[in-house]
Amino acid sequence: MAPYLANYLPQWLAYLAVGLVQCVLLLLIPFVGAMFFVWVERKVSARIQDRLGPTRCGGKFGWLQLLADGLKLITKEDLRPKDADSVLFLLAPYVSFCASFTALLALPFSNGWVAQGLDVGVFFVLAVLALEVFGVILAGYASASKWSLFGAMREAAQVVSYEVPLGLCVVVPVLITGEMDLVKIGQMQQGLFTNWLIFHDPFIFITFWVYFTCATASVNRAPFDLAEAESELVAGFHTEYSGFRWLAFYMAEYGSMFAVSGLAAILFFGGWNGPLPVTQLLGLTPEHGALAGWFGNFLGLLNFVFKCVAGVTFMIWVRWTLPRLRIDQVMQVCLKYCTPIAAVMFLGATLWTYFVPGGLVLPSMYAERYVQFSAVEPAAQASPATNVARPGGEPADGHRLSAATRLDSGQGAR
Amino acid sequence: MTVHPINWHTAFFMLYAVVACTFGVAVVVSSNIVRMALYLIVSLGATAGLFFLAGADFVGAMQLFIYVGGTLVLLIFGVMLTAKGPFISMRTSGGDWIVAVLLSGCLMALLVPAAFSVASWRNERHAAVDAEPDDSDTAVLAAPRTVAAAHQPAATEEPPAPFIDDNGDGIPDVQPKTATALGLGLLGARVDAIDAKPEMRPGMSGYLLPFELISVHLLVVLIGAAYLARAKRRVR
Repeated sequence: MAPYLANYLPQWLAYLAVGLVQCVLLLLIPFVGAMFFVWVERKVSARIQDRLGPTRCGGKFGWLQLLADGLKLITKEDLRPKDADSVLFLLAPYVSFCASFTALLALPFSNGWVAQGLDVGVFFVLAVLALEVFGVILAGYASASKWSLFGAMREAAQVVSYEVPLGLCVVVPVLITGEMDLVKIGQMQQGLFTNWLIFHDPFIFITFWVYFTCATASVNRAPFDLAEAESELVAGFHTEYSGFRWLAFYMAEYGSMFAVSGLAAILFFGGWNGPLPVTQLLGLTPEHGALAGWFGNFLGLLNFVFKCVAGVTFMIWVRWTLPRLRIDQVMQVCLKYCTPIAAVMFLGATLWTYFVPGGLVLPSMYAERYVQFSAVEPAAQASPATNVARPGGEPADGHRLSAATRLDSGQGAR
Repeated sequence: MTVHPINWHTAFFMLYAVVACTFGVAVVVSSNIVRMALYLIVSLGATAGLFFLAGADFVGAMQLFIYVGGTLVLLIFGVMLTAKGPFISMRTSGGDWIVAVLLSGCLMALLVPAAFSVASWRNERHAAVDAEPDDSDTAVLAAPRTVAAAHQPAATEEPPAPFIDDNGDGIPDVQPKTATALGLGLLGARVDAIDAKPEMRPGMSGYLLPFELISVHLLVVLIGAAYLARAKRRVR
């Protein structure tokens, strides 16, 4: 987009404009998304508790409630405790918010629609999401309040522990696809829903549930929301916060819920690919013109956002169904259940991809398309700087530990 | 093609470098341990930005994951150690200052000449005679190798850019890929050196042995930590 715009604008302005548009679009997710999810949370919790939820504000379904919530939070007084470490106290919410927002930068919303495509996208998203806890700890420390400090310490213990099984779970799809680039992982799952990685083998099916448990814990949602346990810690790490700073924590929470759901959608549920390859059947691909490709990508975007919203709704459902765990139970779930299960699933998936490289599922409808894609790709990248780092070079070809090549040969033999 | 008032690559390099250095100094000057940890995080984060700028995306993500994430534990310890009183500040005595300056001065005297001795990092690429990179100076595995590797192929033709930049706007056109090459290097195949040296064929080169040594070492450390932290007495 930016090189195209540069034909009409000064180059720096073109890049600036494209960057700004991408930032604003991504900022919509924590801002508008949080408002929407707060409303969903109210309605879902009300239904689960056999009541109606907001109905008065804004007529049907209480849809204006989200605006009322936002307005209330923005106009609230910005309080700061007298003894607080002022710099850290003021900074902490934005640390959390930035971490949550940065994770969205590397998340592809449709085929190639990603603000910053990274070769190590999975890794980057995980690394950045792990930084969100900094804001929580700083907030807990700087508030000069015992409740906040307790909440922050619990959060720290929890997040550091759950990093381990979360990382192990994410490695499994990476192992099967042989890619860390989120766009390519999504592209490999093109076709019928049987191509989605969650249906690849039984091990990855279980891995998904472990991933979702750990992701819920790492974004600090019930039943793992000990850091803000109302029954014992008032409100945990954000006890002393009010107004917009509190809102920043809240938006960070919903933003990272969206991010982990998006990661789950790409790693396990085909990303932007629907259950049926509708866009390919209708010819909405870039080969049939830019507009068709754009429209197909837009349908993919809807698919992806639907999957993310479904993931977040699932988290909300879990929150209002299960009681909060104790801290020792949280640690037990992580160390005695999630980590061993994830490790065994990792080993199982390794053996499975070794012995059944093509997978037992139906062969992909669009396997040929993927073969074309992987054949074209090295040629497109054959430019000086990537030349040396290119994995598909002739000497190392036999050593490329990628499932892509194995998948290709497996389907060729079929 | 329009005239570019700013070289964005250099501008962002300056930005990240200044942030990294400023907050590095702030870590030394500050006396509150939690603020120190925060400054360290910013400094290390800016270093990760430098890695991303150099096209070493894997090393950049690693920097975020390990160093910035590792500072988290430092922060937790800082909070736990100082949470007894309200915001304890730590004073450094004069003797400590002298020892610290001596030590860091020695390290700097070692590192600066080492950095300037790398041929491909010097700004004399137009000379083109000594522009041939030497892979033996890649003692630090990842970052120098990426830069050296990026300079390697274009050494014969024209002054190389550290990335592909066809439209000359100082912004890379294609994201460089380093993760696969690094992974293969750790498994014993130096893809980047295979053309230059025939003995670098798969299985005969790379960093498999150090990788295994480090893995075993880390395993020993983990078991040792678990052993030390075990419950000393049986709870009845």
